Amino acid sequence: MYEIKCNVCVVGGGPAGLAAAVAAKKEGAEKVLIVERDESLGGILQQCIHPGFGLKLFNEELTGPEYFGRFIDEAEKAGVETLLGSMVLEVSENLVTCINSEYGVCEISADAVVLAMGCRERTRANIVIPGTRPAGVYTAGTAQRLMNRQNEMVGKKVVILGSGDIGMIMARRLTLEGAKVEAVVEIMDFLAGLTRNRVQCLDDFGIPLLLSHTVVDIKGNDRVEGVVIAEVDEKKKPIESTKKFIECDTLLLSVGLIPENELTNNAGIKISPVTKGPEVNQFMQTSIPSVFACGNVVHVNDLVDNVSAESATAGKNAALFAAGKLEKKDAIKVEAGENVRYVCPQNVVPCDGKVDLYFRVMKPNKNVKITVCDGENVLFSRKAIKVNPGEMEKATVAVDGISALTVAVKEV
Amino acid sequence: MKTDVLVIGAGAVGTAITRELTKYRLNVICVDKREDVGGDCSKSNSAIIHTGYDAKPGTLESQLVVAANPRYDQLTEDLDIPFERVGAILPAITDEQFEQLPAIKEKAVKNRVYDVEYLSKEQILEMEPNLNPEVKGGLYIPRESIIDPFIFVVAMAENAVANGAKFMLNTEVTGIRMEGDKVVGAETTNGYIEADYIINAAGLFCDDIAAMVGKNDYYVNPRKGQFYILDKNTGCKVNHIVLPIPTKVTKGKLMCPTIHGNMLVGPTAEDLTDKYDKSTNVEGLDSIRADVQKLIPGVILSDTITQYSGLRPNRNPEGLNIDTYDDVKHYVNLSGVRSTGLTNSVSIGTYVASLLKEMGLEMVWNENFISKRKGVVRFKELSKEEQHELIKKNPLYGNIVCRCETITEGQIVDAIHSPIPATTVDAVKRRLRAGMGRCQGGFCGPKVIEILARELGVSADEIRKGNSKSYMVCGKVK
Repeated sequence: MYEIKCNVCVVGGGPAGLAAAVAAKKEGAEKVLIVERDESLGGILQQCIHPGFGLKLFNEELTGPEYFGRFIDEAEKAGVETLLGSMVLEVSENLVTCINSEYGVCEISADAVVLAMGCRERTRANIVIPGTRPAGVYTAGTAQRLMNRQNEMVGKKVVILGSGDIGMIMARRLTLEGAKVEAVVEIMDFLAGLTRNRVQCLDDFGIPLLLSHTVVDIKGNDRVEGVVIAEVDEKKKPIESTKKFIECDTLLLSVGLIPENELTNNAGIKISPVTKGPEVNQFMQTSIPSVFACGNVVHVNDLVDNVSAESATAGKNAALFAAGKLEKKDAIKVEAGENVRYVCPQNVVPCDGKVDLYFRVMKPNKNVKITVCDGENVLFSRKAIKVNPGEMEKATVAVDGISALTVAVKEV
Repeated sequence: MKTDVLVIGAGAVGTAITRELTKYRLNVICVDKREDVGGDCSKSNSAIIHTGYDAKPGTLESQLVVAANPRYDQLTEDLDIPFERVGAILPAITDEQFEQLPAIKEKAVKNRVYDVEYLSKEQILEMEPNLNPEVKGGLYIPRESIIDPFIFVVAMAENAVANGAKFMLNTEVTGIRMEGDKVVGAETTNGYIEADYIINAAGLFCDDIAAMVGKNDYYVNPRKGQFYILDKNTGCKVNHIVLPIPTKVTKGKLMCPTIHGNMLVGPTAEDLTDKYDKSTNVEGLDSIRADVQKLIPGVILSDTITQYSGLRPNRNPEGLNIDTYDDVKHYVNLSGVRSTGLTNSVSIGTYVASLLKEMGLEMVWNENFISKRKGVVRFKELSKEEQHELIKKNPLYGNIVCRCETITEGQIVDAIHSPIPATTVDAVKRRLRAGMGRCQGGFCGPKVIEILARELGVSADEIRKGNSKSYMVCGKVK
């Protein structure tokens, strides 16, 4: 077996892993190693060839490869080491086991580990779409990989279920490549992804968005021959009389992302039932003190800029932990109050300085007040014209001496 | 082309017959209209090796299944097939069901299944803590077992090939030629095959083949069964095959572990006329929920990673039949091989061989018969040291293509170049489980297409999911 020692081992070389590794190195960790299953760094951004990244962080509109390219440059300058083409099979407190074609089974011992494995897509089966099981049913991200990395066209006449960002971006991509996108179908009565993507990817190309609709049947024994869609009632039940057949050869699904936490689970790290990612504190530290986590493995982000920021926090604190400089203190639990689905971090250690609380609302609303309270004491308050589950909100609060934290979004 | 015996159908039954016949000095060809072995019914079922405890006593089906079950320990070891004797539990939830238990046990004894035992409420809840706590008691059938049905058929086929049999896939029989009262060969989409003996093991389509020799005394009416597969991590599992007490209408819906650690829940029973309708529907899937909750109230169907349906080749009139005819000599017709078909395929093989001998085929033992077969290495099951060694020998084993099931590129390449080559995405999936995990091929799918195209020397748009019409991609991005 091949053995490696390092101070901080980062699992995953996508935007989260890159930002964490750079930050760890900057914080003084001597040997920082990224273990990445792909042959190259960048993660899912490698297939995101569209622009729209970096507006927050760099004040510029970059493509996916341009965005992570900047981090790769930084990582190289900082002296981050990488082990590519290496699938991690097991993570424990101080040991990461992976498989590599050249070295075989590698055991990497590390003072601190950062989990940055990203997320995976929900499938047809997760949402139980009945019908046949032909070729031509793809998740949007899989289709994106086939088109943008393997140069293969997935189909010519397409229906997209779900108005997630990747789905909308693929609607535009397919259209630009000569396919006909018949419709984007969304079961909720509101958009799942970012408004700017609806405007730039659907409206600008005349692609119909059907809210409160879903796919109720898939037809075709060999290749998709069409789908049956229907409008849904308030309980999301399809209305029989609205059923309509749409002929197509491809169905793309953009129906949500799930943090990829098999390794986390097997390590025995506490997972949040809401985000499906590990519970963390403001240092991005999990229930195993030497293991940190960041990016979409913790909770699914809509902007990579947020991922980079959060991951830098994880990397920095992993380096501090590795150096024995991160003190262990009791944390308090952050409560998700009215119209708040979850808050990340889930736990906060009261201490000097401010903490960014990221959260999502349960349902869309207009003219609301966002508050963060310690009991009766209002720590943060901000008005918002509108809130949407598809767009993450942020509140920055000072946490010195607090005894409780509740985030709420109330109508004014 | 000329052969001693032509077997029509490469499902479990046809493949088992083919393998059995290679134990004799015979030329055997097995044809199937599909692109892969594994048939239809043989690949979408509950993957259980039955004991026959509940068969109709005295029937041929009872004899075959009871005889087959004990053979699986040796067979699965010889052929490197995942198999486990997990045992079945039949819980009585209501008083009415409780009263039925003695009759079920007596029936088992009539079928010569002597190891069925009563279980008390306490015993049963200890064995299955997730069972409905209202359970009154039940029966334990220790030899009911689970198997990998895909590898089972592939393994038998590969072993048959090693012993000289020939498989012709994408080969549909379109007619059977007779001379006088004797069959002499079959017309196929791949040319005429001259055969001394013909065996119809066409499963769902056996009535179409029978009609080719003028036998129209039955028809196949497909009976659909829909299933859920649950994630290995689901919060509510069972350790045994948990079967409901059957009603007059159906054997009912069960929950059991699969050989790979998932949970299987189903099936429905819906009579159809369309032999190609393998769709799932809301009504069927909802009925599974309602029924299985009676047994396992905590079952979490939202942990599903896939749903599928299979068709039982139900015969009308009912019953498993293996027929020979005075007016159609040198021909064996199998029909009504249903729920127990996967199990009794091996005893059907033995039985059909004896029928051929009775019909006059010279059966000389093939003393060179190789009984063992080694499948593609199961990387995930190896120790770290073994994995390390393997990667050192062939770096392709160091490239994990399917993260959910830990399948390496080396295994995929091996499967593509195996005696029954995996040439489609589904064939790779069935042999190795790449794409059968929780992401359902989202991650490995594009890579499997790439590897298949490379190894087969074709472009990606020529790669199929299954049959010739099921293309995965439609050309290059412009």
